[in-house]
This record gives sequence, C-alpha cells and structure tokens, in this order.
Amino acid sequence: MTQHTPLWEVFVRARRGLSHTHVGSLHAPDAALALRNARDLYTRRQEGVSIWVVPAGAITASSPDEKDAFFDPAADKVYRHPTFYEVPDGVAHL
Amino acid sequence: MYGNDFSAPNGTPDEAPGGLLGEVEAAEAELRAAAARGRRGGPAPDEDLAAYFAEVVDAEQKIEPRDWMPDAYRRTLIRQIAQHAHSEIIGMQPEGNWISRAPSLKRKAILLAKVQDEAGHGLYLYAAAETLGISRDELVQLLLDGRQKYSSIFNYPTLSWADVGAIGWLVDGAAIVNQVPLCRCSYGPYARAMIRVCKEESFHQRQGYEILHTLAHGTPAQQAMAQDAVDRWWYPSLAMFGPPDGDSTHSAQSMAWKIKRFSNDDLRQRFVDMCVQQAEILGLRIPDADLRWNDERQAYDYTQPDYDELMQVISGDGPCNRERMAHRRAAHADGTWVREAAAAYAAKRAGQKETVAA
Repeated sequence: MTQHTPLWEVFVRARRGLSHTHVGSLHAPDAALALRNARDLYTRRQEGVSIWVVPAGAITASSPDEKDAFFDPAADKVYRHPTFYEVPDGVAHL
Repeated sequence: MYGNDFSAPNGTPDEAPGGLLGEVEAAEAELRAAAARGRRGGPAPDEDLAAYFAEVVDAEQKIEPRDWMPDAYRRTLIRQIAQHAHSEIIGMQPEGNWISRAPSLKRKAILLAKVQDEAGHGLYLYAAAETLGISRDELVQLLLDGRQKYSSIFNYPTLSWADVGAIGWLVDGAAIVNQVPLCRCSYGPYARAMIRVCKEESFHQRQGYEILHTLAHGTPAQQAMAQDAVDRWWYPSLAMFGPPDGDSTHSAQSMAWKIKRFSNDDLRQRFVDMCVQQAEILGLRIPDADLRWNDERQAYDYTQPDYDELMQVISGDGPCNRERMAHRRAAHADGTWVREAAAAYAAKRAGQKETVAA
C-alpha cells in the first residue's frame, strides 16, 4: 500500500425510511473511490439504497472508559420517562 | 475460512432449527438480545480491569475496540483474524484458476461472483483486525513476508472443473462448520464480520454441490471426474479443522475468552456426519473404507486425515505453497501503479480544493 491509504467508515441506508447504519470500514485514497469501493464491498446483494462514507479520522468517539461519568447526568433523571408518573385509576387518553 | 481450534464448553455443537444458516440467524439475534440486556457502564476508576473484562465476557456481552482487553487476547485475535483474512485472499487463487475455463456463461458469472465474495470476506476481516490497532499495511506485509499463515487447504491444486464443485461442497462446507460458532465470538467486530461472511458463504457451498450433482448425473467421464475431485479433496478438507484436540495449542485459552466455542475434533465430527448423507444424494463415494455409523456414539466413525501432511503443508511444503505466494506477491507488485496513481490523483484534487478555498 502506498503511504497510508486513508480509512473510511461506511454507513448504508438499507431501505427508504430507515436511517443510515454503520456497516464497516475500508481504505481508499479519496471520497469518490471510497464510495465506489463501499458499493462493491458492502452492497453486492442490494443491501442498500444510499451510502455515506466518512473519513475515520473525522469521527470523535466518547470512550467506554469514561462511560459512567460521561453519561451520568442522565442516570438520575427518571422523571424524563413517562413511566415515572402515577396515573390515577380511570383516567383515559393519558 | 479458517478458525481452527475451538473447544466445547458443553460437549457437542447444538443443532438449531434451520441448520447452519439458522444458527447464524440465532447468533445474530443473540447478539442483539445481549446488547438489549444492557449492563452498567465502564469499569469504576479503582476497579480491576481484568475482572471487569472477564465479567463482560462471562455475561456473553461483546468486547468492543476501545474497551480494555488483555494483551494476549488482543494478540490472539489479531493472529486469528489476520490469518482468516489472508486465507480468503489466497483462497481466490485455486478457483480463479477456473474462471476463464468455466463450462458455460452461467457458471462463469457464478464463479466470478463467488471469487469476488472471497475478496470481500478478506476485506471485512482485515477491517475487523485493524480495529485491534494493527494497520492494513502491516497485515499485508505479514502475509507477503510469510510471517503469518493462511489455511493449508489453498495449497492444493485445482486440476479439473469438478474441483470447483468439490471446493464449494467440501472446503466451503468445512469452512462454514468452522465459522458458524465464530458468529458468537466475544469480540464484537469479528462476530459481526462472521455473521456477514456466513450468510454469504452458504451460496458458495450450494453452488459447489450443484456442480457436483450435475457432473455425478452426467456421462461416465463426468461422474469419474466428480469422484476424482472428491477423492482428492476429502482428507485435506478434514484437515482444515486443525490438529486433533490433544495437539491443539491455543484451544483452552481461546475457549475461556469465548473466541472459540468447540474443539477441532467436535467440529470435524460434525462435518463428517453432515457430509455422509449429502454424498449419498450426490451418488459419490467418500474415500474412506472405514466410514460407518456408530450406534453407541450416534456419530460416524471415520479415518483421520494425515496430520503429518497437514504440518508439512502448513510449514510451506504443500503442492502449491510457493506458487500461491509468488502469485500474491506479483499481484501486489503489479498493483503498485494503480495505488500510486489513485493517491496522486487524490492529492492533486485535495490541492485544487485548497486553492479554491483560499
């Protein structure tokens, strides 16, 4: 491989109405070739109607190591879920 | 293919409804279910990382790339996934040999699609290995330098068209038996890649079976060609499962880590039991005079492959080792100008964009 061919993350929309989902990664020198390679690699059996390719380096990930602390603010806010509230017997449409 | 030594936590591989493909579906459903069960977040600041890792694995949850993992787990996975990827890439050669001589346009189109799948499987697996922190360039170089192996089976020659059928039926069949348990591997990227690979692999096995079935019901010369191919590919296919359990070096630790699930001998037995009935329907003979049903074991007794030959082929002295490696090195060297041209074009375009932006 010449120099370091960049890594791309591939996202495929399986059908109209669904969101793009991460399917894997590949190497390509530029975006246009990354798209073509992604078509050949991840949609050989009509797995998708749309593909995104994103330079892997452009993705900033939260680390699992900091998972507890990072996602902590949401942990003690059970009142954000409708199941937190008691509904008196007999109330309809609520 | 190639995941060669698994050990069983609970004895024999269990049979899910819908055969092997059903098991792949089940593995995928289990992966989703395990993810849905959820669990607490990462390890606490003062927690023992090894204990945390063991807890995740024991809970049948997946280890993901940025999770802490033991160095030996990482090394084992890199070795196994890389060798698996190399096998897919080298595995294109024996069959690619017959693309130009396939007996009809239909067979040629099918074989092209199959060989293209093998390339795709190699790429899925290289990508999975790279999540463990090794670069593609390093992986390619390890193969070219002969420092990492690929499956011994691809060092056997494809002498006739029937060999393409025998490879599909026996080699891909053995690969599937080996690979289906890998869909439950504890390492997420490998498990997901294997689910994708196994779903595609079943077409490979069926197309091979169909080729043999057609030949076995053809002229006497065609029948003889089909039988000859099965005679030559049977024992090398049995050897694909690796050395017998007593001699298998990596099994116990890989089993504890849930990288592997069943022993070499368990998987080999399962493969034999599957093939006997399939051979009957083909009307072809499995070349083993001692093959017979053992009522006590509820399994077939069979003759073991020649493990000395397996070791010889693995160490580089099979019928085609040198040819396969020479071809791979030449293909890589011949592709240099394509990689350089694509990189130069990308650099030029990037330069133009900067000028416009400025």
